[in-house]
Amino acid sequence: MATPYQDRDMAAPALNPGDETYFEAAKEGRLLVKRCKDCGEYHFYPRPICPHCFSDQTEWVDAKGTGTIYTFSVTRRAGPVPYAIAHVTLDEGVAMMSNIVDCDLDDIHIGQAVKVVFKRTEDDWVVPCFTPA
Amino acid sequence: MSIKGKACIVGAYEHPLRKAPDASVAQLHAECARGALADAGLSKSDVDGYFCAGDAPGLGALSMIEYMGLKVRHVDTTETGGSSYLIHVAHAAQAIAAGKCNVALITLAGRPRSEGSSGTQPRNWGANLPDVPFEMPYGPLTVNQYAMAAMRHMHEFGTTSEQLAWIKVAASQHAQHNPNAMLPKPVTVEDVVNSPVISDPLHRLDCCVVSDGGGALIVARPEIAKSLKRPVVNILGTGESPKDLSGGKFDLTTTGAAWSGPAAFEEAGVAPADIDYASIYDSFTITVLLQLEDLGFCRKGEGGRFVADGNLISGVGKLPFNTDGGGLCNNHPANRGGMTKAIEAVRQLRGEAHPKVQVPDCRLALAQGTGGAIATRHGSATVILERGE
Ligand SMILES: [Zn+2]
Repeated sequence: MATPYQDRDMAAPALNPGDETYFEAAKEGRLLVKRCKDCGEYHFYPRPICPHCFSDQTEWVDAKGTGTIYTFSVTRRAGPVPYAIAHVTLDEGVAMMSNIVDCDLDDIHIGQAVKVVFKRTEDDWVVPCFTPA
Repeated sequence: MSIKGKACIVGAYEHPLRKAPDASVAQLHAECARGALADAGLSKSDVDGYFCAGDAPGLGALSMIEYMGLKVRHVDTTETGGSSYLIHVAHAAQAIAAGKCNVALITLAGRPRSEGSSGTQPRNWGANLPDVPFEMPYGPLTVNQYAMAAMRHMHEFGTTSEQLAWIKVAASQHAQHNPNAMLPKPVTVEDVVNSPVISDPLHRLDCCVVSDGGGALIVARPEIAKSLKRPVVNILGTGESPKDLSGGKFDLTTTGAAWSGPAAFEEAGVAPADIDYASIYDSFTITVLLQLEDLGFCRKGEGGRFVADGNLISGVGKLPFNTDGGGLCNNHPANRGGMTKAIEAVRQLRGEAHPKVQVPDCRLALAQGTGGAIATRHGSATVILERGE
């Protein structure tokens, strides 16, 4: 049995002030993460103030764009097409929510190596998704 | 300051309706408040503390206090999703212990069924949420936020869909005795695993019901509790714990119950093995399994074996749970199950559960809630209750 990936209407990210850098980079095909200049830790989702040490000295860093699937679920009965939601652990050590795309959704598994690709949302934003590496 | 022995639950009421298209949410709150006051044998003028959460319309406590005509000197609107009402029990006990009120009213009500809500829609928590831009495009729904936790638990510990199904089977065995239950028909493991997959690995029957209605509780000082004609239910210990994605470094096989549970047990001075009856929040089957492990009823990873073969069925297994049928089969008013968890625990301690599911000589009960979503952010609350003299 196969469940081929199908494009779906993704909700636009409702940006808050400060989120533009991340989403403008995504339009250029770059996945940004935040790193703290004081404690050196990465965090996700990105914030101006580090959630680990509360420093305001955080910086945007280009992620390698590779990682592994921590967990996922193929949502089969909610909307017009099935889709795979996941938490992907980036090689930088932090996990982010995403979708697994451009593959047979029935072949997705935990621990699978994935790499970033970008998908268009409503209102012409672009968000990072992942596909088997 | 411990709350042990400082307050009692003296009134509990579950709205009998599961669909209420003709009542306003405010009216449902007030009907639940009337029911709980009548159950306690108290009147509205006795209430001097009011507690509600995000389901209360308008300005929350302010709107409801006005609507019901309350005159209170203490207000608490702690909002942790479906677990709020168990945290309210804890906070009411604290407020009473501190002398801030004598009789606390806690209400919950909503009409998600009439309003067409379901677990396969995104929940709308309002504007300005910092996480939303980084999550909403990916289609997070209530159901897949628990499915991802189930998937990880299966991966790490070998938990099976059949084991999860036993949780629904146990709830349905209890629900058949509840005339108000939405799903009163007993189901089998095969029924659950053969029901349609909504979001891997959760099937339709792994999910709770969507219902209108509500409930209310009255918490009061022990002297007041003893003056009433109802059996006394003592609040022995409580714990609360938020858990979230911790900046991207998280483990989805553990819930906040891993912290709220030990805190409540320590305050109560009892252990999991002492508990005669447990109300465990059951938004989905996996929710129950994770919390049972985190509360210490079994070791982490052994939840699947613990719940199998009827171990949660009253009169059959070692840990009777959700003897009203729970959210899985009876009622999940306003998409928030913490209130009904406390109500059935009170029924058990009073000996007022249905005779077919009443735990004999029920002395110690636990009510556990989880609000929000396990795969992102949730609030856990644990309350341990004791049958009084
Ligand atoms: Zn830092």
